[in-house]
Amino acid sequence: MKITIVVNGEKRVADVSGPDSLLSVLRNNLDLPGTKDACEQGECGSCTVKMDGATVCSCLVMAVDADGSSVTTVEGLSHGDNLHPVQSAMLAEGAVQCGFCTPGIVVAGASLLESNPHPTELEIKEALSGNICRCTGYGAILRAFEAVTGEDT
Amino acid sequence: MEFIAAHDLDEALAVKAQQPDCQLLAGGTDLMVEVNLAHHRPDRVLSLRRVEELADVTTARIGAGVTWARLEQSSFRGLAQAARTVGSPQIRAAGTIGGNVGTASPAGDGLPWIAAADAEIVVQSMDRGERIVPWKEFFIGVKRTSLAPDEVITAVTVPKDLPAAQEFAKIGTRNAMVISTVSCVVLRGDDGFRIALGSVAPTPLRATRAEEMINAESTITDSVLEELARIVSDEVQPITDHRSTESYRRHAAGVLARRLVERSLR
Repeated sequence: MKITIVVNGEKRVADVSGPDSLLSVLRNNLDLPGTKDACEQGECGSCTVKMDGATVCSCLVMAVDADGSSVTTVEGLSHGDNLHPVQSAMLAEGAVQCGFCTPGIVVAGASLLESNPHPTELEIKEALSGNICRCTGYGAILRAFEAVTGEDT
Repeated sequence: MEFIAAHDLDEALAVKAQQPDCQLLAGGTDLMVEVNLAHHRPDRVLSLRRVEELADVTTARIGAGVTWARLEQSSFRGLAQAARTVGSPQIRAAGTIGGNVGTASPAGDGLPWIAAADAEIVVQSMDRGERIVPWKEFFIGVKRTSLAPDEVITAVTVPKDLPAAQEFAKIGTRNAMVISTVSCVVLRGDDGFRIALGSVAPTPLRATRAEEMINAESTITDSVLEELARIVSDEVQPITDHRSTESYRRHAAGVLARRLVERSLR
């Protein structure tokens, strides 16, 4: 079945077989491997994307059901070397170790800042509560977000 | 796989009438786990995500398609508290109360509130119209409901005069992103306390003996609360599984019920 989705502002068409997830279509059909594939059950957040304004796990979206929707992946948040403020702050704070959770955290965090540019520490923690990082212990990630949200965006 | 995205309820019911075996898809947070991990390959899928009639919330009804993210903001305090504990922000943006009811997992976070509120499940089919099913008749076993193959869950009713004092809590291995080991809802109204629990029986469970005991007391003393916890621990029917043991669940159920009764009195 052919589906049309707007990904990072660009209209894309994918031929989807069966109940495959949006995650699988992004990575395997549309050559967008920034969104990571880990638990495939909505527990780790590494596949987080924005879809029609909502921050969701792309592994839990049936790709055919995403037909007609608008999706933003981590690739859509930067323009060449011009990084999203969350990405720059994570670089500056060294908030990345193995990096596998990073795209999901960047997308979840960028979504938070869109709706709430100056979140409290608790709001940051809640917004990232669906994104598991097994390396950093979250300290550097939280410092990165605090650095971004302390600024006027 | 055949895929149909219904645009309104009539279309969904017509598809279900013709193809009762087709798999319903709402937020996808349960179904896609089956697809990804158990390699479930449904022949036909009917998506309800675009059906606007299912997305309404009124004081009397919660549409089946209402997401946890919206319920977090709802005025039904106990249900809003439960909604906040479902999965993660990502899961709450997608998962719906209708999906929770349809999946009928013993650990469904919305189900103890439905049981405590004595809410009913509204289902509809093209041939027989609307049917309103008491929650006790709807949930019949672990992930089993009395929904007929040609029916769609359309709403959960909100009974009139629901007490404002509503408390929810659950126990799990961490605060965020956790499936409950035991969950509990207490409602305190003019007619007394209502106590419902999840993850401690095949279906949501009302602690009726504990309710009778506490509602016969004029003053809630420490010894009444102790007796309440003891009765709740006795009347739940938990099992030992990968998430917890029977004995821990019995203990935790009593502690939670007692704690929520106390909280509802504050």
